[in-house]
Amino acid sequence: MTILDVRNLVVDIPSGDGTIHAVRDVSFQVREGEFFGVVGESGSGKSVMVQSIMGLVPRARISGSVKFRDRELLGISPAELRGVRGRHISMIFQDPLSSLHPQYTVGWQIVEQIRAHEPVSHAAAKARAIELLKKVQIPDAASRFDAYPHQFSGGMRQRVMIAMALSLGPGLIIADEPTTALDSTVQAQILDLLGEMRKEFGATVLMISHDLGVLSRVADRVMVMYGGQMMEVGASQEVLGAPAHPYTAGLLRSSSFNREPGTPLISIGGRPPSLLSPPAGCVFRERCPDAMDICGTAPPMRLYSNGIEAACWLEHEPSEPAAPTVPSDVRTVESGPESHIVQTENLKLAFSQRRGPERVVLDGITLDVRRGETLGLVGESGCGKTTLARAIAGLIEPTSGTVHFDGSPVSGLSRAGWREMRRRVQVVFQDPFGSLNPKRRVGSIIGDPFRIHGIASGAERRARVGELMELVGLSPEHYNRFPSQFSGGQRQRIGIARALALNPELVILDEPVSALDVSIQAQVLNLLDELQRTLGLTYLFISHDLAVVRHVCDRIAVMENGRIIELGDSDDIYQNPSQPFTKRLLAAASPGTAGGRPLRQHGSVFPVGPLVARPEEPVRDSGMKVTR
Amino acid sequence: MTRFILQRIGFGLLVLFLLSVFVFVLFYVSPSDPARIIAGDKATEALMAQIRANLGLDQPVLVQYFHFLGSLLRGDLGYSYRSSLPVADLVLQRIPVTMSLVSGAVVLWLAIGIPIGIASAKHPGSVRDRLGQGFAIVGISFPTFVLGMVVLYLLYFLPSKAGVNLFPPSGYVPLLEDPLQWAWHLLLPWTTLALVVAAVYARLTRGQMLEVLGQDYIRTARAKGLSERRITYVHAFRSAMPPLVTQLGIDIGLMLGGVIIIEQVFGLLGVGSLAVSSVAMQDRPVIIAIVLLGGVFVVVANLIVDTAYGMLDSRVRTAKK
Amino acid sequence: MSGPRRVALLTPKSAGRVAQNASDVELRSSMSLMWARLRRDPASIVSMLVIVLAVLFAICAPLVAAWTGHGPTEQFRDTGLTPEGMPVGPGGQFIFGTDQLGRDVLVRLAYGAQVSLLVGVAASIVASLIGVLIGTVSGFLGGIVDTILSRFTDLVMSVPFLLCAIALVSVAGPSLGLSIAVIVFFSWTGLARVVRGQVLALRHREFVEAARSLGASQWSIMFRDILPNLVVPIIVYTTLMIPSAIVFEATLSFLGLGIVPPTPSWGNMLADAANGSLYMYAWWLVVVPGAALLALTLSFNLLGDGLRDALDPSSSKGGKSA
Repeated sequence: MTILDVRNLVVDIPSGDGTIHAVRDVSFQVREGEFFGVVGESGSGKSVMVQSIMGLVPRARISGSVKFRDRELLGISPAELRGVRGRHISMIFQDPLSSLHPQYTVGWQIVEQIRAHEPVSHAAAKARAIELLKKVQIPDAASRFDAYPHQFSGGMRQRVMIAMALSLGPGLIIADEPTTALDSTVQAQILDLLGEMRKEFGATVLMISHDLGVLSRVADRVMVMYGGQMMEVGASQEVLGAPAHPYTAGLLRSSSFNREPGTPLISIGGRPPSLLSPPAGCVFRERCPDAMDICGTAPPMRLYSNGIEAACWLEHEPSEPAAPTVPSDVRTVESGPESHIVQTENLKLAFSQRRGPERVVLDGITLDVRRGETLGLVGESGCGKTTLARAIAGLIEPTSGTVHFDGSPVSGLSRAGWREMRRRVQVVFQDPFGSLNPKRRVGSIIGDPFRIHGIASGAERRARVGELMELVGLSPEHYNRFPSQFSGGQRQRIGIARALALNPELVILDEPVSALDVSIQAQVLNLLDELQRTLGLTYLFISHDLAVVRHVCDRIAVMENGRIIELGDSDDIYQNPSQPFTKRLLAAASPGTAGGRPLRQHGSVFPVGPLVARPEEPVRDSGMKVTR
Repeated sequence: MTRFILQRIGFGLLVLFLLSVFVFVLFYVSPSDPARIIAGDKATEALMAQIRANLGLDQPVLVQYFHFLGSLLRGDLGYSYRSSLPVADLVLQRIPVTMSLVSGAVVLWLAIGIPIGIASAKHPGSVRDRLGQGFAIVGISFPTFVLGMVVLYLLYFLPSKAGVNLFPPSGYVPLLEDPLQWAWHLLLPWTTLALVVAAVYARLTRGQMLEVLGQDYIRTARAKGLSERRITYVHAFRSAMPPLVTQLGIDIGLMLGGVIIIEQVFGLLGVGSLAVSSVAMQDRPVIIAIVLLGGVFVVVANLIVDTAYGMLDSRVRTAKK
Repeated sequence: MSGPRRVALLTPKSAGRVAQNASDVELRSSMSLMWARLRRDPASIVSMLVIVLAVLFAICAPLVAAWTGHGPTEQFRDTGLTPEGMPVGPGGQFIFGTDQLGRDVLVRLAYGAQVSLLVGVAASIVASLIGVLIGTVSGFLGGIVDTILSRFTDLVMSVPFLLCAIALVSVAGPSLGLSIAVIVFFSWTGLARVVRGQVLALRHREFVEAARSLGASQWSIMFRDILPNLVVPIIVYTTLMIPSAIVFEATLSFLGLGIVPPTPSWGNMLADAANGSLYMYAWWLVVVPGAALLALTLSFNLLGDGLRDALDPSSSKGGKSA
């Protein structure tokens, strides 16, 4: 039984720079009762696709057909569409805080949803809302009914959103990155809840995510999108285990969740196509290791031996490109337990609050960072990991305790000492958009350390900046560009170049890849690895993502509530976690060990001929003509 | 919340205190001599000394200030240099005119400005939006007194030259005496004032609504299947309101202290025109009284606004007491 | 331990190439983008034209006087007044007519433009400098400095400004300098608030944190990292401040508290027209200076809006969705 039947969906959005071809001829079917996942990187058009189904994209030009239970949704009147929204198809969005109205109580918002579609009394609607809040396991539901969204935690807010989405027993629930804004252990809870509610309410779930790990955990079937087009669709074990499309294969190779730690991630070179002027033929051709001449013509959707459908000309399995050649280990510095670059002793940091007791952010942290290693610092948001890093860098004074850098204390430095410290410890920040001044040119940003420390000026500075740019894989010709002219991954390279300018000994990487797409993440992680090997750097790697940390770190410190609860070699922690919190983190991060089903091992996949199910789609020239 | 309001009251008192220092310094410490103004150019030195003694001008500045503040606190605003009438009476009798002017204009400008702003924001870039923005920018650019003269010329002078008396030229009829005549006499000033201020509100509303309409929770409201009307008013406008309320409070506070230009152009004897005529006649006690009264209105209006803001914002309201 | 490693790492060859390429890079700065956008906006083009014309008109005021042969304060009791003593309408010898004293409105308009532009632009620039300084310092330093400066800003904002201006002028006596001072004093607060808000937001951005972690000084962060990000709101706000300053000056003059007659200003020309409802019989006395005033303020407002749209397209077009 098909509940949602999308055929030849095209979504164009006019913008100031031209028309964005966000969705280009996508067809798929969601079956009644299944958990359907859509995966894609940012700019793949996945969000726009589902929102346009609901008519939520302003100014969009939509064509094709979207049938919900055999009823066409495109082109119906706004009033009719409103009757469908919330009643038959409901949505859950990414950020529950901004998606709930801040000025109304959560109860009011659920009651509003119910009463918008059913003529029930306020009391009846309220009773139902409280029932729903209980169902999504909000403790003390009756009294929380009158609370405002800001009075809930992130996970609880998302539960409220789910309760609201379920309130009218819709046939289809569309979840747009519902767990992306949440901590990993909370993510797992929300995913479990979605699964339970699906069973209890008999609803179908269509979930969008950029996270392959998350989808492999919950989805029955998965569709892969890229550049506004559909690449591949099929059972999730097959698609994520034995993909037929080179893009999916590349995505899997660059994700850390299913790779053995220590093996280098193999990134997909290049960057996603612009949606303003997408290439003719296969959109992935530019980055595809298996690209052929025929790829200039748009490939047909074909059925493969394991039941997958994929849009590719390839007659055999996607080939695995060689792993990047790892430069020979040139670490010159002794990397042993006796050589500590940083030692913290009973480090404590507390903020006094205007009301109530003081808030303890760091609670007695004793930690060593060994020269030349990568130490991972893992924990959920608010656990104090970023604060710890800043205290180690000497950017904030601890309340008590000491930090020694290379044997000398970090606090109470003279002005000159502080500046010297700034040279030896550098920070790479999380947000590649926020950490570069948008009004300054790249050359000036990377040259900033030279200017501040009065090292090189004029042509010499320029030359050194150029060297740094080459070092991190940027073209020095882009010296005069502004950060906004670079992609996220390139910006992170700029940030890394700036951090390396003064030849630091310790580089603190504060969630350096969490804002990047999977295929780009791998590029940056590989670059960091390479730099460490060639420059003999020590890394303090902060992340909430255990999969990434395990992949790159020698040792891992797990933080919870301002304390380090577990510290040890990565493999030890991964295999024998001693603390329950670490176990929870691990369970949330790895689909193989808990909850999820095992992924199918690579086997041979081959096309079994064109799809008979869709005769209108043999070889078509890119499906739609792009008007430029 | 209580703490917050107490803070605001404290700040209001500080504003009034500093304002009193300002007028005191301006009028009592400045080089020009009040005695000369009262007595005229030909007065003898003896008479001037007498007047100075009467006014307490021969005492040290600080003593003078405490006298000044003391009598202010007792509600004693002194006597007009010109008419010798109590200043309090002079000012009080002008207040109803100004209040009538402001109250009617408030209703009008809200009724004009906010709908225009909302209509603009709902379809940015549309013809309606362009018209709305055009209205707003012309209104903002129009100096009030020029608009007032144009309105008078077109709606009063031209018709009356043609023998049709559409509107009375000026004057004020108390509300309780004859409500119809009251409104009739005030209609032109109301319209003029409202048009200028409505432009500001249209812009403000549009800006606020545009910002709110781009928020994620508006998308949620759409996904819930609510009507556009409900989304616009119950969801979007609710969030756009607090800054509008703030602006409204400040505007009313400022205007109650005298709608100087409008009163001047339309010949209304309100607080504002009293201020202008007192300046022309160098009648300092009256000017002082009006400035301080204006300060009181602004402070009270701000206080009301801050309280209202707290009530309107769930985050402030639910903050720990 | 810093030096040697670098040399081993980078070849001189690449450095040479950098120096070579750095000069001929593609340059597409925000300024050129702004011009491109501004040129597409007819309202902004017309506004700029009007402003340029007004400036030329003001500069050429003596030429206008020489061309007509009428001084700005010269009274033509024979030709400039009707036998009944009423002003003469536009046409003939007096293109824009005469006023109640038989003076040439066109010439007075030109000299009045000098006052309006001088006061409007000068007051706005000074007020904007003060606003930027106070806003930046207050937002960046925070703490007690911020509290004091913000309270002071609030204080100035909650003073009934026209009343205070009147009181001040009544004591000190009207003059051009005082007009500017009064306008400046009551105009900087808005920009100070805007700048403070922006600085507060920017202060917590990661690039400021990054500059700090590199060892940059407070001043360097304030002027090299934060202020360049505020150029757009400052330019836009200052442009929008000019028309309010012009109207403020005209209002003061209209009330007899600004420019002292017989020096012409658009405000006191309008005051003369309103005096005894003279304009009811001599419409040009309102229409000419009134239209000039409106055209100038409208142009500055439109230009300000156009600049904002050109510099920051997301701000007004409802960037995200609607």
